Amino acid sequence: MGTPKLSLEGVRKRFGSKVVLDGVDLEVYPGESVVVMGGSGTGKSVMLKCVLGLIQPDSGRILLDGRDITHLRGREREQLLRRFGMLFQGGALFDSLRVWRNVSFGLMSAQRMSKRDARARAVDILAKVGLGPDVGDLRPAELSGGMQKRVALARAIATNPEIIFFDEPTAGLDPIMADVINKLIIERVRDLGATALTITHDMASARKIADRIGMLHAGKIIWAGPVAEIDRSGNPYVEQFIHGRAEGPITMAVRRQ
Amino acid sequence: MTIAANPVANVGRATLEFLADVGRLCIFAAQSLLAVFTPPFYFANLGRQLLSVGFYSLPVVGLTALFTGAVLAQQIYIGTGRFNAEATVPTIVVFGITRELGPVIASLMVAGRVAAAMAAELGTMRVTEQIDALTTLATNPFRYLIAPRVLAATLMLPILVLIGDIIGVMGGWLLATTVLDYNSIGYLQRTVDFLETWDVISGLIKAGVFGFIIALMGCYQGFNSSGGAQGVGRATTNAVVSASILILAANYIITSIAFTD
Repeated sequence: MGTPKLSLEGVRKRFGSKVVLDGVDLEVYPGESVVVMGGSGTGKSVMLKCVLGLIQPDSGRILLDGRDITHLRGREREQLLRRFGMLFQGGALFDSLRVWRNVSFGLMSAQRMSKRDARARAVDILAKVGLGPDVGDLRPAELSGGMQKRVALARAIATNPEIIFFDEPTAGLDPIMADVINKLIIERVRDLGATALTITHDMASARKIADRIGMLHAGKIIWAGPVAEIDRSGNPYVEQFIHGRAEGPITMAVRRQ
Repeated sequence: MTIAANPVANVGRATLEFLADVGRLCIFAAQSLLAVFTPPFYFANLGRQLLSVGFYSLPVVGLTALFTGAVLAQQIYIGTGRFNAEATVPTIVVFGITRELGPVIASLMVAGRVAAAMAAELGTMRVTEQIDALTTLATNPFRYLIAPRVLAATLMLPILVLIGDIIGVMGGWLLATTVLDYNSIGYLQRTVDFLETWDVISGLIKAGVFGFIIALMGCYQGFNSSGGAQGVGRATTNAVVSASILILAANYIITSIAFTD
């Protein structure tokens, strides 16, 4: 399949004495949609943040198109991040800015697009996530949870990123809105020809979005395979997780990372 | 190991943590200063901060200066009356206000308003991942969020203090002429007769330093907050307390080093 778009090699991270990532190995190929699932507090978010450089891993390498990006900082990191899009779990919309300014933030701030162009682009992108131009003038606080997720999705895709991260895209949404978001993610990612990496514990969402699924447990990817094989993985951890059983090899962590 | 069992280790640990904190703050201050001088500059953000730090602090600073000036005139009148030196009241009032009380009291009031607001806003942005979102949108949070705040507070505090000085002197004059039977023209004449430019300037320089401290502590506490609503509350308290203490400490240090003449 050639060079992976993104690969993690033995990424480790601990906070104090708590080991969160214990040698994560993961490869994501160009144009592929990979979902990493795992229980709450298994370090899924930490993994994404290591790739984005929001957290520095203790050891291991992170490669983008075969180039080591683990320790990029400053301007180089900024340049790199322009190729990424990220949908945060809570949306993380800037509540001091109107919706259209949120959506076009990357265009105006990093790409120095003019206000008028940025506004026109914001309206286009909002339309792609099913929102009318009138929404652009609202404040994020005036939107419902599902609408905020759509705006956050619009912001994540606004700069036409090559690789997009989705952090629990369906968390806190009703099943119908969750499906709407899943559909939007699939469509927009296909549109852009982007590579997608999603972390979630929502199995319905994972089955829908993923080409390949990986299971993160105790700081390692313990199983990975095509989405079609998830039901016959033969892995007791995966079995327990996809069927949502309380009994099994996985015991829930009490403390969050 | 319990705390009681090993006090030496405990003292050592506390000392190391304190030093690490000081180190983190110094690095943060250096990064903030660097961000002030490196493009891109976010002028809209700077404008918003100038307005919120400067203009909206005017009522607070004006009122405290007015009452401080008045009470100062009253007390100095009593004090100087004990050796028949009531004529020196205007001189001492303006001296005390421009060199000490103007900058210190205005800065403490602004610390309560502004450091708290900055810590709460940045703290909320931190816990809702908005600061991480800024970074992923290829925008340096130091340049976008912190540089405008630090610059605005450092620029606006001297202006606020200058206005506070004038209102403070006016407070003294108001009390002296209405309650204490001073002659209006004579009081004002006495106020300017012995006033030196340096009295005012030294106070304004202090104000600039205090402004920097206010924004720095507000941003530092907010930027590094964690743990939800409780964490933001803690950051806000810490910002006001640490800014106030640092203002008073810096005031002493600056005065004793640079302004002894």
